[in-house]
Amino acid sequence: MTDQKPESRKRKSRLRDERITLVHGAGGKATHDLIEALFLEELANPLLEPLGDSALIEAGGARLAFTTDAHVVQPLFFPGGDIGSLAVNGTINDIAVSGARPLVLSAAFVLEEGLPVADLRRIVASMAEAAREAGVVVAAGDTKVVERGRGDGLTVTTSAIGLVDERVSLGDEKVRPGDKVLVSGTLGDHGMAVMIARGNLELEVEIESDSASVFPLAESLFALGDDLRWLRDPTRGGLATTLNELTEACGLCVVLEEKALPVREQVEAACEILGLDPLYVANEGKLIAVVAPDRAEEALALLRSHPLGAEAAIVGEVEPEPEGLVLLQTAFGGSRVVDMLAGDPLPRIC
Amino acid sequence: MKYVDEFRSGELARALAADLAETMPPGRELALMEVCGGHTHAIYKHGIDELLPPGLELVHGPGCPVCVIPVGRVDDAVSLALEPNVIFTTFGDMMRVPGSKGSLLDARSRGADVRMVYSPLDALELARANPEREVIFFAIGFETTAPSTAVTILQAQAEGIENFSVFCNHVTIGPPLKAILDAPELRLDGLIAPGHVSTVIGSHPYDFIAADYGRPVVVAGFEPLDILQSVLMLVRQLAEGRAEVENQYTRVVREQGNPRALAAIEQTMELRDSFEWRGLGSIPKSGLRLRDEFAQWDAEQRYEVPGISVPDHKACQCGQVLRGLVKPWECKVFGTACTPERPIGTCMVSSEGACAAYYHYGRNRPKRGTVTA
Repeated sequence: MTDQKPESRKRKSRLRDERITLVHGAGGKATHDLIEALFLEELANPLLEPLGDSALIEAGGARLAFTTDAHVVQPLFFPGGDIGSLAVNGTINDIAVSGARPLVLSAAFVLEEGLPVADLRRIVASMAEAAREAGVVVAAGDTKVVERGRGDGLTVTTSAIGLVDERVSLGDEKVRPGDKVLVSGTLGDHGMAVMIARGNLELEVEIESDSASVFPLAESLFALGDDLRWLRDPTRGGLATTLNELTEACGLCVVLEEKALPVREQVEAACEILGLDPLYVANEGKLIAVVAPDRAEEALALLRSHPLGAEAAIVGEVEPEPEGLVLLQTAFGGSRVVDMLAGDPLPRIC
Repeated sequence: MKYVDEFRSGELARALAADLAETMPPGRELALMEVCGGHTHAIYKHGIDELLPPGLELVHGPGCPVCVIPVGRVDDAVSLALEPNVIFTTFGDMMRVPGSKGSLLDARSRGADVRMVYSPLDALELARANPEREVIFFAIGFETTAPSTAVTILQAQAEGIENFSVFCNHVTIGPPLKAILDAPELRLDGLIAPGHVSTVIGSHPYDFIAADYGRPVVVAGFEPLDILQSVLMLVRQLAEGRAEVENQYTRVVREQGNPRALAAIEQTMELRDSFEWRGLGSIPKSGLRLRDEFAQWDAEQRYEVPGISVPDHKACQCGQVLRGLVKPWECKVFGTACTPERPIGTCMVSSEGACAAYYHYGRNRPKRGTVTA
């Protein structure tokens, strides 16, 4: 597969809806269609078109990564984090998986009338702590207040600039059959923590969000140079959706080994009860890395040497076909397709 | 994970598969229907079909509560959701089912207050918390979910909660199975009966299948080993020339079912003369409505609903899929015009729908033929 198409995405998107529904925000196909058939069509330019986690910009001899992310989460506080730490880590992570070191952040707040100042202080303090830990500063900001009932408490939009590490060059087109797929730790912790913190499931399980900066993990892998092919943080839509984006873009297949997938027992149990699949549940402090086969064990050791990567695992392999699919070898002895998420993950009926 | 991994052991699966291959009567082609969508889902999710010997075919049945709701009832639901001052509550899957004028999710984007709940009791709680609003619960499902609706109505009555009502679409599992067995176009050798429904109704209601139609039935659990073992039990009956109702899911299902759950249904609901099913048409005595003494909590009595039977989308073959006549991938619009994200038919919406199960999990499979006689 050396003659891959230079233009990445193969599927032509169409947006047929008359109005925005929640499905457009779920990170699955509808989100893609919205981005490609509306935003990309109107805003088309070479920096935006790759639709990477960050835009890569050449400026004055430096290569910069630039990204932005709006954060809405209910509840604002959840075990393992809050909207503040999430807003810092989420954006930094987009920079890190672009092969860059995060330098500065901006933060724009939309506050709803009535928001307790004590809550806001707690959130901003948590942002400050996350930024300190990641070695970045919030260098610019903005605040707006909207009327009660029109703001969801608080939303935070953060943007970040990072400096691209010259050792690496990442991309869908770098991925080759035979490459190994690694994850840096357990899957689904963040999404399940938030779902349970909403309190309407009446499940008593202690699950903490994994919200964290993945830059230290990413940086340790930069040492692999060109043998590090591709990096992503599997947020909304989970591992399944992120890998589908890869296979769709590169036209290859990823085969996952169910037994190798690290999932916390509490998360697995909660998913089992709710009829959800941890492969589709969001993460906020994990990496997926595709690396050359002969460096996979080394990459695993690099990840595991960091506390955030203690449960890292090699979970699959890139194969030439079936083109564009993600497959799973089930622990039961069969196989199945791991599709892209369609719509919100909904608990089953019976 | 404890209590789960034991039922998903690859080693035991290989042993069962080998046993199954040996038990298969030589030279025979067997078609077994997995009635329940939960089974269909598990079959594809774990790749159970790949462990079956040649000549053994699994056929999808009608046991998907979302799938069997016809377009007209979805339209009724959308109309109720658009009533002023109403909070319309539903299980998540029903949100995306298209009616002739859009889905509940579309109604929501047009301003209807549609909310997802996990249980009818959550809907009742919404009614308590919002006394100035009218809360309607979209009740769907077989005897599995009917008891929780029944209990909720009894609770509303006990507390005198008047701003709550139920749009009742509960159905029973026996009549559609009879309709499928009576249909001349499908040859079935045995049935894998639904485990969850059977926790409520027990295994007796399937006796007629063995007695009148001479077909073996095995009530099956939902873990992959449950299903594989049930298939083996059916094939063993067929190889030995028996037709009995057997219970594989003994850790949950009792012969008599759950008498208290049945009593709650009996107290609050009665059979409709006839109920329309997607793909199966109107089947007499197959759907449940609220008894007259609970009219106060019956959305159909409190509001005007269109109540019109609306034909399926022309291209949609959900009806044939639900009757086991067409495999999902044989439908003309499967995976093209109809996808889980833009479903035309219900089988593509529900996580228990055969089309969705096949679309999500099975697209790497070689396509097998149908089993129509």
